[in-house]
Amino acid sequence: MRKILGSDALREILLPLGRMAVFVVGAGALFSALMFILALVAQGSGADKLLHDTQNIGIVAYTLSSLPQVLIDGVTLGFVYAAIALGYTMVYGVLEFINFAHSEIFAVGAFAGVEFLILMDKLGVLAGASPLISYMYLAFALAVAMIASGLIAMLMERTAYRPLRDAPRLVPLISAIGVSFALQDIIRLVESLTTGQFYRVIPTFGNFDERVPLFSLPTGGAPIAVNIQVKSLVVIVAAVLMLVGLSYIVNATRIGKAIRSVAQDRTTAALMGIGVNGVISFTFLIGGALGGAAGVLYALKFTRIDPFVGFIPGMKAFTAAVLGGIGNITGALLGGIVLGMLESFAGAYLGTFTMGRFGSEYKDIIAFLVLIVVIIFKPSGLLGEQVSQKA
Amino acid sequence: MARRFLASCNRGATPYWLTGAFIAAGFVFVYVSPRSIPAFLIFVGGASLAYFLRLKKPARLAFAVVVAVVLVPILGARNIFYLEVIFQIAVFSALALGLNIVVGFSGLLNFGYMAFYAVGAYLWGFFGSQQPFLLHAIPGTVPPGTPFFLAPDWFYLFVFLGIIVAAIVGLILGLPVLRVRGDYLAIITLAFGEIVRQLLNNLDKPLNFTNGPQGITPIQKPTLTPEVVAFFNRIFGPLVGRPVTSSQFYDILFYLIAVLVVILVVIVTFRLDDSGIGRAWTAVREDELAATAMGIPANRLKLSAFAVGASFAGAMGVLFAASRTFVSPESFTFLASVNVLTMVILGGIGSIPGVIIGAVVVTILNLQILQSISLWLAQLRQSDAFIPIINFHWKDLSNQLDPSKYQRLVFGIILVLMMIYRPAGILPAARRKRELKGHDDETTGENNDA
Repeated sequence: MRKILGSDALREILLPLGRMAVFVVGAGALFSALMFILALVAQGSGADKLLHDTQNIGIVAYTLSSLPQVLIDGVTLGFVYAAIALGYTMVYGVLEFINFAHSEIFAVGAFAGVEFLILMDKLGVLAGASPLISYMYLAFALAVAMIASGLIAMLMERTAYRPLRDAPRLVPLISAIGVSFALQDIIRLVESLTTGQFYRVIPTFGNFDERVPLFSLPTGGAPIAVNIQVKSLVVIVAAVLMLVGLSYIVNATRIGKAIRSVAQDRTTAALMGIGVNGVISFTFLIGGALGGAAGVLYALKFTRIDPFVGFIPGMKAFTAAVLGGIGNITGALLGGIVLGMLESFAGAYLGTFTMGRFGSEYKDIIAFLVLIVVIIFKPSGLLGEQVSQKA
Repeated sequence: MARRFLASCNRGATPYWLTGAFIAAGFVFVYVSPRSIPAFLIFVGGASLAYFLRLKKPARLAFAVVVAVVLVPILGARNIFYLEVIFQIAVFSALALGLNIVVGFSGLLNFGYMAFYAVGAYLWGFFGSQQPFLLHAIPGTVPPGTPFFLAPDWFYLFVFLGIIVAAIVGLILGLPVLRVRGDYLAIITLAFGEIVRQLLNNLDKPLNFTNGPQGITPIQKPTLTPEVVAFFNRIFGPLVGRPVTSSQFYDILFYLIAVLVVILVVIVTFRLDDSGIGRAWTAVREDELAATAMGIPANRLKLSAFAVGASFAGAMGVLFAASRTFVSPESFTFLASVNVLTMVILGGIGSIPGVIIGAVVVTILNLQILQSISLWLAQLRQSDAFIPIINFHWKDLSNQLDPSKYQRLVFGIILVLMMIYRPAGILPAARRKRELKGHDDETTGENNDA
């Protein structure tokens, strides 16, 4: 019995890791191939000539030489989206309800973590910390953020969603929008009352801004060095760990089994002696904790946060969840990675290929278009089972 | 007790003199102290009595006309701020009524409603300014001597064009209803709203259509002949106490146009609600499958709800652009859409008077009550007052605590509380009220379908 459980647990750790590798490699290869074909097609076009004139490089060579960096950025972004998307997808799986305020849970996490780091910075322990110690502080910040976000998410479920659990579906959605707006302003209120300003910048510490050289691409001229920022690496590793942990909890533990049973059929689960309220609370707790941790990772990558920071990443993470098949944890992972790649590619190449007519500012629009197209034409997503649409 | 009191108010001639007295008292109060909010509330309350008490229709209309055409312009000319408040109430009433057709009558949640308002605003913003001649200019620059594209009086035509164009956009954005329902539809409309806003933000290149985040300005107002202003001054001048300049008279003009549009919108909405289309919308909202089985073309009806709702917003958008002489993407955020949704939900989903009350309450809350609390706090901060027991000195209060900047918090809490405690709104729709009554003895709280 014990042995079976052990191998089961191992399986639940190795399987998601394998999936992640497949998704990253697959999506990366697909996008790279598409981009390469596009570049070949665009040879000789105006964009090609413009590149020749300004940077003395052909469009194919330009595309190929920037591909690795774009892929790395895409994967980093993709894992952040995946971590947020899991919160949406878990709640949807259990309650069939879009937790619109999840983007603010993400913002709460970002603020909790950043405030913790700022406090440490003020105490003077961050400045001279060795790399190892600074990783420890980052881990503490992540823990603080996870606790704060998880608790807020639980509280939110208890006060704003539980009274509406049996109401028609649009009622809790409106309530969630209300919670989302209220939380934005509560963050702003707390921040501006305590610190006098409502945006925060994560302190610089450790070696997160350094770049690790990976390899260099031989080209006609000087070789192009491909490197990865330490913080991107940290983001990827932290996100992978969390995703594996979540997969383990959901698929290999008792509480995970309870979550899955409640997701399948709440009434029957209750009849089988599962405390439905507790399970739902727990779902919000871990979904919120993941979102909070993602908030800190986001702050680490983009440095500046404000109370409204959650909206756009939240919408994109929701898009990722829908893209992968909402309610499906693996799907959220796939959706996040695909969306991250898409955004990174659009940001990098849209301006070049359209000769500056449409720039990277269209990447939000592209994400929203993906959301609309997926919902209209394939509402079950890439991996999800058919989700019933109750009005 | 309360009911008996209300009944006694509704007997014989009582409602007539009650309404008249309230309106007159409110008018006098506001006239004497133009800045007092209680006075303004009495005036608004008196005007709404005309609706709530049992009056004969001609009397009700007479009260409404006197208030709208005579009293408000006089008060507004004395204190332009009131005109601004009432103008915004009118604009938001029309928007809320439009959203109510989509959300209330046909039961489709729309989070991107401001997109239609933006379409109307940018329609006149583009054609009513120099923008068509600036397509190749660098955003934000205007070569000297650039003429305006159209004469200012095209504005009146564009109010109607706004209706048509917004309805077409509504049809296009409504197309997902053919396949998607419920919360997914809500998210799609949100995405559409954001796409429209981002497009407005980014379409300053390759061709400079919208001037990007800086927005388009100046936009023309319809022309106003000096004779009209002189005519107004001759009649109302003694009452106002001072002559009204033509720039102030523009506010009165826009207020009157807005009231006209709102009246049209209210009539159209009432007629729709009572018509076969309105009943079909209700049928689709309550049970789409059953409605389809009865031969109701559900998809066509849902699309038409989108189009009709959008058209109201389009007309108001044109009016908004002209009255502000400026449009920018900032006015059409998701927050603004939720703002209108709050009005609909607060007032009562599907209830026409309720929705108007919602618009009144939220606008007054926004423009007057929150502002005056902020002002009051600012005054306290400068005084030496303190709370005795906890020994809190008001001057230590952080100057970040400014309620007028925390609309999101207020709206958010309103939405949550309404959903939990009163999902049918302040003034539930007549149909819903009957449902509530019918369910009273069997079940409670089962009527909260949005």
